Amino acid sequence: MAHDASAHRDEHGHDHKPHGFVNRWLYATNHKDIGTMYLVMALVMFFVGGLMAMVIRGELMYPGLQLVEPEFFNQMTTMHALVMIFGAVMPAFVGLANWMVPMMIGAPDMALPRMNNWSFWIMPFAFTVLLLPLALKVFFGIGAGGPAGGWTLYPPLSLQGGDSVAFTIFAVHMMGISSIMGAINIIATILNMRAPGMDLLKMPVFVWAWLITAFLLIAVMPVLAGAVTMLLTDKFFGTTFFSASGGGDPVMFQHIFWFFGHPEVYIMILPAFGVVSEIIPTFARKPLFGYKAMVYAIASIAFLSFIVWAHHMFTVGIPLGGELFFMYATMLIAVPTGIKVFNWVFTMWRGSMTFETPMLFALGFVIMFTIGGFSGLMLAIVPADFQYHDTYFVVAHFHYVLVTGAVFSIMAATYYWLPKWSGRMYNETLGKWHFWLSTVFVNLLFFPQHFLGLAGMPRRIPDYNVAFADWNLVSSIGGFGFGLSQLIFAYIVWDCVRNQSLAKAADRVWEGARGLEWTLPSPAPYHSFATPPVIEDRMLAHADVAH
Amino acid sequence: MGQSESHDPNLYYVPHGSRWPIVASLALFTTMLGAALSLNHSAGGGVLLVLGVLALVGMLFGWFGDVIRESIHGFYNRQVDISFRMGMIWFIFSEVMFFAAFFGALFYARMFSVPWLGGDGDGVLTHEYLWQGYSAAWPTNGPLKVGGAFETIGAWGLPFLNTLLLLSSGVTVTIAHHALRAGARGRLLVYLGATVLLGAAFLYFQATEYYYAYHELGLTLGSGIYGSTFFMLTGFHGLHVTLGTVMLIVIWARCAKGHFSRDQHFGFEAVAWYWHFVDVVWLGLFLFVYIL
Repeated sequence: MAHDASAHRDEHGHDHKPHGFVNRWLYATNHKDIGTMYLVMALVMFFVGGLMAMVIRGELMYPGLQLVEPEFFNQMTTMHALVMIFGAVMPAFVGLANWMVPMMIGAPDMALPRMNNWSFWIMPFAFTVLLLPLALKVFFGIGAGGPAGGWTLYPPLSLQGGDSVAFTIFAVHMMGISSIMGAINIIATILNMRAPGMDLLKMPVFVWAWLITAFLLIAVMPVLAGAVTMLLTDKFFGTTFFSASGGGDPVMFQHIFWFFGHPEVYIMILPAFGVVSEIIPTFARKPLFGYKAMVYAIASIAFLSFIVWAHHMFTVGIPLGGELFFMYATMLIAVPTGIKVFNWVFTMWRGSMTFETPMLFALGFVIMFTIGGFSGLMLAIVPADFQYHDTYFVVAHFHYVLVTGAVFSIMAATYYWLPKWSGRMYNETLGKWHFWLSTVFVNLLFFPQHFLGLAGMPRRIPDYNVAFADWNLVSSIGGFGFGLSQLIFAYIVWDCVRNQSLAKAADRVWEGARGLEWTLPSPAPYHSFATPPVIEDRMLAHADVAH
Repeated sequence: MGQSESHDPNLYYVPHGSRWPIVASLALFTTMLGAALSLNHSAGGGVLLVLGVLALVGMLFGWFGDVIRESIHGFYNRQVDISFRMGMIWFIFSEVMFFAAFFGALFYARMFSVPWLGGDGDGVLTHEYLWQGYSAAWPTNGPLKVGGAFETIGAWGLPFLNTLLLLSSGVTVTIAHHALRAGARGRLLVYLGATVLLGAAFLYFQATEYYYAYHELGLTLGSGIYGSTFFMLTGFHGLHVTLGTVMLIVIWARCAKGHFSRDQHFGFEAVAWYWHFVDVVWLGLFLFVYIL
């Protein structure tokens, strides 16, 4: 294949796009095409997981059982989490990294473009394996459906599942392989492909966040692989890792799982920090306040994420010394996170602010992520957690950090960079509608769940005491409203990509935007930088504040 | 195809599209689907699994073949070389973390779960009401003696011999590397070949040890937590030694064909790094699984 290198030289148009569907998408090596595939897959899975959430909220709208069987309800909560975490949020951030990191550091593409393609193409197949048992049950009535033991796969419950157990475990293996290769690629790109003059401490915070996130991914995805492998051998090959009868311990699974699981939480939020750190300076028309502190804060959070895992297990029965250590270590995370929130606020202080859709989502992120952070602090307190554990308070907490946190930042990033990707401005009016409807409904959806949890409503149960009826109805209305509002988002993106009559975007789409990606035309050329750009500090968002 | 035309080849290299990633994804999909189906005793699972593994092997030949051809044609510049190096280093780090999960399970069982079952610390009531009469010790197959009575493998027989073999193989692969850098191809092939033989001998003795454990000592994968940790740790290590030996054989053939120059031989170095990694994991195993 290499020998015909010169044969095709003259056939391409000036942008060298490969011809045909197979060449362009199946054999892809281009970071933008692969980024687009990641983002499209994330959007599709966002709606698949969203549909499951609608089933959950539909069932919980009124007390009693009305829509689905309890077993199916459990499958919905389990699959909703797996699909949203591994299928929507993570691929969306990887898609953003694919699109933006080479453009932001002055590179032509990712460091290992073919491996990049493999990382992506594993994912649709991984989700085919994951969703197969559920789809067979729902569409053909075959089998018992998907896993129902919760996304955390705690044994012994998870091992009591039927045929879906093996499918889930192998799907997790495939996602892990994909994530590890994607992360290796991102690290190699950032460390090896920067244009001359793009010093580490001049990089955009988004790039820094992804560098550290990629490290976390390589460190913990193999641990998850180990944990699910032990589940597999416990179920099928007679090992007793998680069975006390043989000297093992089901709690050991929780330790191994959360050694992965807690850094995983930061894998989903550090890139969000990066996105918001790009957007707020642009629309405040001021450099980011405390650039170095932001970078060090991300690194500190990443470090701390490795030594807090047992705060997910306070009620399971761990020694008092362990409870105290993990409580204090967890609370320490509030320090670097607080630094970040204050720095975003100080960036806006006395800025000449405007409120286009990306900025609205970024501001929504800062406020609502902070709410989620505070409820996290409450959960970190051991004696309080004994009350909150496995209630809707926990559900409210992690949806504030993951929906109004991670998902809002993905929305913000999409609006922020969409004109750069498509070359056209999206419909700003609809964008504002999308933001306000999402924000109102998402709070209607999740804020009452704090009250439900504090009052004692347990999570992952399809029925509840009538005392919880009112707030559940409110929450369900919020859920349906939030779900429907996302159709606006899908339309806006479709419209911006397809509608030729929309206004053409300028190269520097936003007046206050700085950074290498804005020095490229809109839409960005197929290969970002043909030669290493000559970087002047004035082009960069952080060059002057870093030194 | 080839590198993108507008680029100065001395600055950037962007490879042309390749069919191998999608082939690899399909092969992995077939393998995983086949594995899940056969574990569930569903029809066609075994066939899919075999087809998937064959496709994976074929894919590796095809993909690496392309990369080797491109490398020999001098398409790869220094930047690509560094990207490959970083890729290998971080891949090995991910492997380290995979083993860390199983070492973690071993340490947790020995330091916490087994003593707790015996009534240590907070496990007093567990012991009193659930597992009365169980006294914590290592090795153990738990209060229910899962898998029946067993004996363990002594550290200073075959495992010690295997330690010597692997450590020697680390030396021989380094001598081979020095020979490669000195341009002494005869010495390179001899010492690299010796490394392959040492790896194969290791695998032979480990297979012997497993046979002995299953047939003479009653020690199996199902021998409680001891059997679980013992076979999963040494088994995954053995799998990695197998993979490493295959990689060494490929590299030996490439050395014989003269693919590597004194300055350009990343393929050799990547495999040597991998081999040293397997070596270090073994030292951990020898210490924590066999001796202590």
